[in-house]
Amino acid sequence: MKNWPLYEVFIRSKNGLDHKHVGSLHASDPQMAIENARDVYSRRMEGVSIWVVESIHITASDPKETSAFFEPAEDKVYRHPTFYNLPDELEHM
Amino acid sequence: MMDRELKNLEFQSRIDRDEKIEAKDWMPEEYRKTLIRQIGQHAHSEIVGMLPEGNWITRAPSLRRKAILLSKVQDEAGHGLYLYSAAETLGIERDTMIEELHSGKAKYSSIFNYPTISWADMGAIGWLVDGAAIVNQVALCRTSYGPYSRSMVKICKEESFHQRQGFEIMLQLCKGSSEQKAMAQDALNRWWWPSLMMFGPSDKDSPNTAQSMAWRVKRFTNDELRQKFVDMTVPQAEILGITIPDEKLKWNDEKGQYDFGEINWEEFYSVVKGNGPCNKQRIHARKKAHEEGQWVRDAALAHAEKRSKKIA
Ligand SMILES: [Fe+2]
Ligand SMILES: [Fe+2]
Repeated sequence: MKNWPLYEVFIRSKNGLDHKHVGSLHASDPQMAIENARDVYSRRMEGVSIWVVESIHITASDPKETSAFFEPAEDKVYRHPTFYNLPDELEHM
Repeated sequence: MMDRELKNLEFQSRIDRDEKIEAKDWMPEEYRKTLIRQIGQHAHSEIVGMLPEGNWITRAPSLRRKAILLSKVQDEAGHGLYLYSAAETLGIERDTMIEELHSGKAKYSSIFNYPTISWADMGAIGWLVDGAAIVNQVALCRTSYGPYSRSMVKICKEESFHQRQGFEIMLQLCKGSSEQKAMAQDALNRWWWPSLMMFGPSDKDSPNTAQSMAWRVKRFTNDELRQKFVDMTVPQAEILGITIPDEKLKWNDEKGQYDFGEINWEEFYSVVKGNGPCNKQRIHARKKAHEEGQWVRDAALAHAEKRSKKIA
């Protein structure tokens, strides 16, 4: 186990939807990770497709930097449709 | 041979059950090709579509307008990215797609080959061009290929401010001086027909439509979507108090929709073939940006290499 890499598990719950992260597990190789993910994370038909990726391949944003990192979007209210004041009689927009 | 037919039948029945097809699923080669072509064209349109509006960023009449326009053009770059990525799930490489755009092998929406000569064009583009794009893209949210459908959902959410900011520009001009209102009218006059052309050839001249509909790549025909757009847009022009440049435009009570005049198809095909007012300029600008960006891509690679050596 000590030398088994950690895998992140992503499951597509229903045909047509995105894969969503559900958790992680250790496995000796990707095939084993897929099979174990099936047994651990989809015992109740939670999914129709599974992706696994070794955790070391995931680069994450720095939690300490969260507020500075996402700050650029904060003052851009004009990216939202509600920012625009348009006549009430206007339809289909 | 038998095996192939069986697979085709099974594929079609999945489609008929409204199942989404995902990247790793079996699919007919023609389905894959059709999607690569359509998603590629769509991606190129988002990217080339930045040029006519980019033309006005530095000349926007206020800081508010400038920030909004910049934000919109940024969104379009993002849309291009979502779509290129969706196409890549089908096995085509990004570089290949970009080469095909530059060589003229791949097409993009002909609307972006028209010039943006006044500020009112920013209003007309948001209102009409994004408006037409939204009609098309809302329909594509239900397309049968999963990655394409999901990028459409994401794009549609982002589009809604694009049309509203355009309409707001038009509204402000229409409420302004007579010169300003004339600018808005002039922009409508120039953008109306090219916007209707965005839906593509009429159904009778669109031989691939039937197959695309059967595969549910398309959910509505070109003419159906065009009609929908006209019916939505006419009342909006009435709110603005400007006139759509079509003498044949008339409400048809029996059909419950507007009748409208014939598109100048000669113009349409000529622009598609490369003879529109700005085709050369647009491709030239794209190539130039790509070539002049080469050193940035090289530097990024060199930097990454240096960093990986440091870690190792
Ligand atoms: Fe877009
Ligand atoms: Fe847009």
